[in-house]
Amino acid sequence: MMAEEEDRGITLTDEQKKKRRSRSIAIAVALGALVVLFYVVTIVKLGPGVLNRPL
Amino acid sequence: MAYIDNSSDVPALAGGARVEDYLALLKPRVMSLVVFTALVGMLVAPGGINPFVGLVAIVCIAIGAGASGALNMWYDADIDRIMTRTRKRPIPAGKITGDEALAFGITLAIGSVVTLGLLVNWFAGAFLAFTIFFYVIVYTMWLKRSTPQNIVIGGAAGAFPPMVGWASVTGSVSLESFILFLIIFMWTPPHFWALALFKSVDYRAAGVPMLPVVAGETSTRHHILVYSLLLAPVGVAPYFLGFAGPVYGAASALLGMAFVALAADVWRKREGDAARFACIRLFKFSIFYLFLLFALLLGESLVAGA
Repeated sequence: MMAEEEDRGITLTDEQKKKRRSRSIAIAVALGALVVLFYVVTIVKLGPGVLNRPL
Repeated sequence: MAYIDNSSDVPALAGGARVEDYLALLKPRVMSLVVFTALVGMLVAPGGINPFVGLVAIVCIAIGAGASGALNMWYDADIDRIMTRTRKRPIPAGKITGDEALAFGITLAIGSVVTLGLLVNWFAGAFLAFTIFFYVIVYTMWLKRSTPQNIVIGGAAGAFPPMVGWASVTGSVSLESFILFLIIFMWTPPHFWALALFKSVDYRAAGVPMLPVVAGETSTRHHILVYSLLLAPVGVAPYFLGFAGPVYGAASALLGMAFVALAADVWRKREGDAARFACIRLFKFSIFYLFLLFALLLGESLVAGA
C-alpha cells in the first residue's frame, strides 16, 4: 500500500489557485450574462405573449 | 490536422493562464474594427431592429470574430513565435497551451453562431459561421502559407462583418451590403502590403509568402497602386447607389484621391528612408480612410433616423 500522504497528485501553488479563481469568476460572469441575455430577448421578442400559452 | 512543434517553446502549463491571456486570444483590436463595421452595416440596412436584439447581434459577431482570432492563433503559433510582431501572443509566450486556445476558440465559435441564430435570425447565424469557416479554414489553414495573394483572401474574411450586420436586420444580402464588403475587400491589400513592405524581413523569416517576399517590392508597389485605383471608386459607390448622402459622397471622393496619391508616392519612392516613410504614411492613412468612410455612413444614418 502507498502511503496516502505521498499520493496527492499535482498541488497548485497559490499563484495558480489565484488564476484559477479569476478564471472561474469570468466563466460565472459569462454564464450569468447568457442567462440574462436569453431572458431579456425572450421578453423583447414575445412581450406579454410569453404568458399566452395553453395551461 | 496540424501538428505544432512545441519542442523549442517555453512550455506552457495547462491551467496556468490568466483571464487577460484568454482575452488577448480574441484579438481585441481586430474585434473593435469588426464591431464598428458590423454596427454600420446594421444601421445602414433598411428596416429596423429592436435595439436590444441589435446589441445581441453585435456581441455575437464580435465573439465570432474573437473565436476566429483564437483559432488563428492556435494554428499559427509556430510562425507567430518567429515574427517580432506576434511573438508576445499568448501561445508563443507560453501563457496558454495550444489545446486550451483550440477549445476556447471552438466553444466561442459554436456559441456565437447558435446564439445569433436563435436570438436574431438563422441567415445571419449561418453567415457568421461561414465567415469563421472562411477565416480559419480557407485563409489561415489553406491559403495564408501557400499563396502570395493570401492578403486578398484574408481581406474577404475581414470584409464580411458589415454584411453579417446587415443580414441581422434584413435576413438577406443585397447590392448595398455587398458594396460595404467590397470597400473593405479592396482596402485590405494596399493596407497590409504597405505594412508588409516595411516588415518583410519578419515574413521572410517565418516563411509566409507575403507579396514583397515572393514577388518582390516592385511588384508589390504595382499591386498597391492598382488596388488603390480600384478602391477609390468603390468607396464613392454608396453615394451613387443612393444609400449615402452628399457629405459622404464628397468626403469619400476626396479621401479616395488622397489614397491614390499616397499609393502613387509609395510607387515612386523605391529606396531608403523616403520609401519607408511613404509606406508608413500610406499604412497610417489607410486606417484613417476606412474609419472615416464608415463613420460617415454611421453619422448619416443616425442623422437620417433622428
